[in-house]
Amino acid sequence: MLALWSMSSHARLRSLTIVNTPTSSPTAPMTCHSTPLTDPDQWIICEHCDSLYHAQPLNKGESAYCLRCAAILDRGHRMSIEQMLALSIAAGIMFIFANVFPVISISMKGLHNEVTLWGSVLALAQGQITLIALVAGLAIILAPALQIALLFWVLVHAHRNEIAPGFKTCMRTLEHLRPWSMLEVCLLGILVAIVKLAGMLDVHPGVGLWAMAMLMVLILLIAGKDIRRLWDELGVEPE
Amino acid sequence: MNGIPFAREHKVTLCHVCSYVCPEDAHDCPRCDSPVHRRKPNSLTRTWAFLIAGLIFYIPANVLPVMFTTLLGSASENTIMSGVIEFAESGSWDIAILIFIASILVPCIKFLVLGMLLITCQRRSQWAMRERSRLYRFIELIGYWSMLDVLVVALVAALVQFRGLSTIEPRLGILFFGLVVVMTMLAAMSFDPRLIWDAEVEDA
Repeated sequence: MLALWSMSSHARLRSLTIVNTPTSSPTAPMTCHSTPLTDPDQWIICEHCDSLYHAQPLNKGESAYCLRCAAILDRGHRMSIEQMLALSIAAGIMFIFANVFPVISISMKGLHNEVTLWGSVLALAQGQITLIALVAGLAIILAPALQIALLFWVLVHAHRNEIAPGFKTCMRTLEHLRPWSMLEVCLLGILVAIVKLAGMLDVHPGVGLWAMAMLMVLILLIAGKDIRRLWDELGVEPE
Repeated sequence: MNGIPFAREHKVTLCHVCSYVCPEDAHDCPRCDSPVHRRKPNSLTRTWAFLIAGLIFYIPANVLPVMFTTLLGSASENTIMSGVIEFAESGSWDIAILIFIASILVPCIKFLVLGMLLITCQRRSQWAMRERSRLYRFIELIGYWSMLDVLVVALVAALVQFRGLSTIEPRLGILFFGLVVVMTMLAAMSFDPRLIWDAEVEDA
């Protein structure tokens, strides 16, 4: 037997009943089903415990939780494709700003110095430890850049209801890039570096820092698992 | 909780890349062409391997200096822990706690939790499965914050380059520390949380 439910993000369901939250639409009734499964689009599998559920359309702000392991199964879409496209363009612009302008500048006894993201990656590329410069470069420059470019590519086509050339490769790459994109860690790192240096010399946050802060928010909004909706919405046919 | 069917009972498998519900015998997802596995291949062995590699790198990461500072002629080397202590002594308790959590607490929690998950899964334990699932998601969430120290060292080393006055250079410890983060991230990715719940089916 399979259960359907929808609930607000903080409520937690412990039994196979249906909870209606004030914000949610009327939930569909519980359905019973037996094998074989016919239409794969109708089903959700929990990636954390392999439980199988009947998929249920969710409204904005609603989340579906697995009854067995309490993981999030699905979220209602907060944004339209058009909005996501707009944010990906904004992210592209912010990315350029964050990389062109220095994130921190310092001065000490008349001497002046400033650092860009690329400069900080280069600072790690010294002899034996070059490997870590590659990791840092991936985490704060390459992964976010690719994410923005690929999202823009698939979204600009999705906006016209087309499947972008190389759609499958783009979507697979996006999935694999996600864990390695570390802009929020980088932002916190910049703030820690500012506090660290403020004790010994004059530190000024640069334009790049503000761009970085906005870029981080934009990436959080657009680079999540939500983009998987394109598979269904564009009707990518299984072979 | 026994009312909810497992996907395997209905002979289907989840594609981790596009969430498509694939037939159990598929090698590749029919929709996105990614490889599909009923469980991540050799999950326990791979996770152990990455975890042990991470543990080994953790020793030089803490013992070797991560940063070399010269300030007006006087030189000093900092390890991760001495950096935390320096912050605490200079009165920046907030930053000291932040770096302590990101650089020392988070990797240790990851080692302990992943080790515990691996051992309980190998024993097919049915103990606290829901809570263990939660723990797994928690360490997946916090894992990459350990990169904080690597990025701080990179920024500081790039900035403080005043010849004759003051310079800061990264040192070998930061490489090992970065590798610890990468290894523990790979370990968390190789672990298949569905193994936690397999015990329920196998023993029933």
